[in-house]
Amino acid sequence: MQSSAARKMTAEGWLEPPPVPHHYESEENHKHALRLGMWLFLGTEVLLFAGIFVGYFVFRTYFPEAFEQAGRHLSLFWGTANTLVLLTSSLTVATAHYYAEHGKNRNAFWLLTASITMGGMFLCIKGIEYHDKFVELALPGKFFHFNEITAPGGPIFYVVYFFATGLHALHVIVGMSLLTWVAVRCWRKEFSPQYYAPVENAGLYWHLVDLVWIFLYPLLYLV
Amino acid sequence: MTAPITTTALPPSEPVFPKKSYLNDGTTIRSWLLTHDHKRIGLLYLVGSIFGLFLGGIFAMVIRLELLTPGPTIIEALTYNRMFTLHGLVMIFIFMIPVIPSVFGNFFLPIMLGAKDVAFPKWNLTSWYIYMFGSALMLWGLITGGADTGWTFYAPYSTTTTTNITPVLLGVFIIGFSSILTGLNFIVTIHTLRAPGVTWFKMPLFIWAVYATSIIQVLATPVLGLTTLLVSAEHTFGFGFFDPARGGDPILFQHLFWFYSHPAVYIMVLPSMGVISEVICAVARKNIFGYKMIAMSSLGIAFVGFFAWGHHLFTSGQSPFDAGAFAAISMLVGIFTAIKVFNWVGTLYKGAIAFTAPFAYICGFLFFLVFGGMTGVALATVSLDVHWQDTYFVVAHFHFIMVGAVIMGFLAALHYWFPKMFGRKYPENWALLAAGLIVLGFNATFIPQFLLGNAGMPRRYYEYPERFTSLNVASTAGASLLAFGFIIIAIYLAISLKYGEVAGRNPWGSRGYEWDVPSPPPTENFDAVPVFTRGPHEYQDVPEELAKVGHAI
Amino acid sequence: MNELMRRMLFLPEQASTFALDVDRLHYFVITVTMVASAAVAMVAIGFFWKYRRRRENQATPFIAPTAMFEVLAISVPLAFFLLWFAIGFRDFVKVSSPPPDAMDVYVQGKQWMWKFAYPEGPNSLGVLHVPANRPVRLLITSRDVIHSFFVPAFRIKMDALPGRYTEIWFTATKAGRYQILCTEYCGAQHSKMWGEVVVMAPEAFDEWIKEQQRGLVSRQDVLADEIGQVSPQGSLTQWGKQVAVAQGCLRCHNVDTREPSTGPSWVDLYQQTTKLTDGREIIADEAYLTESMMEPTVKVVAGYQPLMPNYQGKLSGPEAAAIVEYIKSLRSDRTAQAIGGAEQ
Repeated sequence: MQSSAARKMTAEGWLEPPPVPHHYESEENHKHALRLGMWLFLGTEVLLFAGIFVGYFVFRTYFPEAFEQAGRHLSLFWGTANTLVLLTSSLTVATAHYYAEHGKNRNAFWLLTASITMGGMFLCIKGIEYHDKFVELALPGKFFHFNEITAPGGPIFYVVYFFATGLHALHVIVGMSLLTWVAVRCWRKEFSPQYYAPVENAGLYWHLVDLVWIFLYPLLYLV
Repeated sequence: MTAPITTTALPPSEPVFPKKSYLNDGTTIRSWLLTHDHKRIGLLYLVGSIFGLFLGGIFAMVIRLELLTPGPTIIEALTYNRMFTLHGLVMIFIFMIPVIPSVFGNFFLPIMLGAKDVAFPKWNLTSWYIYMFGSALMLWGLITGGADTGWTFYAPYSTTTTTNITPVLLGVFIIGFSSILTGLNFIVTIHTLRAPGVTWFKMPLFIWAVYATSIIQVLATPVLGLTTLLVSAEHTFGFGFFDPARGGDPILFQHLFWFYSHPAVYIMVLPSMGVISEVICAVARKNIFGYKMIAMSSLGIAFVGFFAWGHHLFTSGQSPFDAGAFAAISMLVGIFTAIKVFNWVGTLYKGAIAFTAPFAYICGFLFFLVFGGMTGVALATVSLDVHWQDTYFVVAHFHFIMVGAVIMGFLAALHYWFPKMFGRKYPENWALLAAGLIVLGFNATFIPQFLLGNAGMPRRYYEYPERFTSLNVASTAGASLLAFGFIIIAIYLAISLKYGEVAGRNPWGSRGYEWDVPSPPPTENFDAVPVFTRGPHEYQDVPEELAKVGHAI
Repeated sequence: MNELMRRMLFLPEQASTFALDVDRLHYFVITVTMVASAAVAMVAIGFFWKYRRRRENQATPFIAPTAMFEVLAISVPLAFFLLWFAIGFRDFVKVSSPPPDAMDVYVQGKQWMWKFAYPEGPNSLGVLHVPANRPVRLLITSRDVIHSFFVPAFRIKMDALPGRYTEIWFTATKAGRYQILCTEYCGAQHSKMWGEVVVMAPEAFDEWIKEQQRGLVSRQDVLADEIGQVSPQGSLTQWGKQVAVAQGCLRCHNVDTREPSTGPSWVDLYQQTTKLTDGREIIADEAYLTESMMEPTVKVVAGYQPLMPNYQGKLSGPEAAAIVEYIKSLRSDRTAQAIGGAEQ
């Protein structure tokens, strides 16, 4: 969150690193703190999703047939496409991190842009899937009128589905915003071997978003 | 420029109020609202929490007044149901959860570690804004015809009630973020910003307590966040996650809710225990009896506390096996608490106890923690809980811990650290009087409630069978004393802010690290990185031998 | 001694076998607690006095606990806690395990009243009659939100959950009237959701229930205000038919003729005197019909196999009630067509 305006361009082609905040004894200390903080935050996100996974397992135990039927009615094509999209975007983010760590800001910028675009693709595909659900009335709770699912528990499946994927999509949007902000800073050549923590942390967030999907995908689409 | 303090004898001259401190380093409103200084943020939280305490207290008085007679007294049923919901939500989320960590933790954590600020000062300020916004949203929801579900908002009542619970739930959700951010900040600060010489086992015990609390905050609060979202979604859209008519499961709500809310009580009590460890050493001028045990038992409580939530579901139809497992685990928490109690009492052995207001609060704390804790173990004894669940016995138990232990800790902290935070002393006589009123009033309020629970009076009862009248009247009388005590405290503390006697750097003669900086401290806390060569709770040296700390006062 | 402790602790009278167990453990716990707390308090107060500060700059010795101290500090409380846990858990298992010969009563919590139905007997509102000295098992459910059935004099309590049955049992020991209180907040009239258990001498109870069964029909109306319940799709009867179709009930039960199929026909079933495989004769009232859905193999109609699947957890309380309503509507003097005609 340091402004780049006051920092001068170095000979290597990136801005000099921002000053270490006054209460840290060194940049090393600062980086350690940022990393620890990020991992703790990711831990909280895992626990947030854990609750909905618990819900999934509980209701799957109550309504195994409905969950199976509903799972089969999800578009395996779009689900797999989304998985590939997110996995690739994680790859580009990781590579961007590598480049930022080496001060290659422009490369990092383009890779991040690719990730953001793929995030957008993910959301579009999700949009298509949601649209289909609305059309066939495969909706949660009292809005459920999807006759293809004959076993009891159909409405509950869609509560879990929409809640889990909706919460996840929200996190995709947040992730995209973080990546955008970091990408802008890449464009401004802010990162160097001495200072690349924002890229790393935004990347970690994106990897978490990906990881949550890696669990959602098989549970919803494959089993 | 203040007179230099020598370390060869206690200063004979009158203490001088520092010309420059965090209090006057910038006097505009903007400098307060945009501060990065952890001390100012602590005070911002104090303002919010005190407001919550008084608001929650008003609701409590309305409840107690209504319960003076078996039938309707001053309000009607729906209002009463809103009152106890309001009382619970405001007290827990606006006062109890944040008060000790976010006020005293924020203020003293960095100083006690020899740091200049917390790890992420801007996130610290952001957490305060989130807290204020969430509280405002919650209060707005509660005022505009909001919740009558009780603070536990059990489904399916909460998902089908006609009252507008969504803003209330979203308010709670938002406040949760503040809690998570504070906890996260503290954990990172403790790991990365300790000054040289402050090893893990040289840290003040208050820090250990806050550390354990922060772990719970970070891990448990997200689950509450999810639960509030699920309930509001179900209430608004009829999703049916917790509604059996749509295939949902109301017990799932209880599990998800209590998975947070049980550890939440340790978020409330652990910091208070940390305060006691600090204060007892200072007022008894004695080393803590069993430093490692107290530190480790804080972590133990945090850890075991995560696995005990099912004791709220003993009568919800869960299997005896589950009930037994949760009961056994719940009792373990009692063991950790017992260790602490024995160690605190042991601290007094061969000490040099000064009977001051903080000490009075320690007495109150010990007394209430022992009784509250023992009744907790009794409640965990499953067969007994069948009778007590959802009765006033439970209400009395948790008020013994929440008000008895936590608020005693809060008041002890407030009085002990008042000189450090504001540079002035409070009037000891008034403080002792208020402490006496509070301890007396508290007993008078809540001991009848144990008996009411035994007699079978359920919770959240607007009207009650006549045979419960006398105990209710007794409880209300006690509550008035309690309220009176709080009002007296508010008055003399407010007056002391401006007119209290100048305190000087260390009026208590405490060995806590925070007493090495001036009262009130400068914004930067320390000019140079301090080196602490003593432990924070060691008093065996003659007081003149204060350790040298590498900074100029 | 028991009486003294009971009065000191403001406990209600002990009117069940469980109450005695609970109170005895309670006394044990409370006595040890009080003694231990008093001991700690006295030690503390002794220290306050003996170790009060005498000089301003008094130094103190550095004292660390011995290993023995910590071991005792942990093991003594732990021993007591484990003992209490063991006794409490044993008693809890006892109260969760009804004896097989217990008399069943269906309890239904509903905002804001308690309804009771005997499997072979009457239904009643607000008053539960039970015999003394015989075990009674309560099968408790809720119509709407969570309630909790609490009889302080018996020391028993169990939540009433919508969509499932919970159970608890007791053996009342003294004739008398004991209050029932709802102990789970359930809305505006939560604090008036009271009832009464009337414990009668066993012979008096047998008399009473025979009386009730004679005047049976007029009491059934008490449960008939199901119409008050709002169902999500149309009238309760129509909804019941939809649920019955969706759940596959009609694969085994005829609804347009009285012909038996895999299971008995539903036409004219309600209130029919039905003979069971074990020779008993029961009236097919709401309680029996609901029980047949939740525990279908317990009371099988004579001449049929115990093939019916269990719908516990699959049918919510309102759904089960809707099916019951639908069954009630199936009379041979009205055609099935006319009933289901309005929908689809």
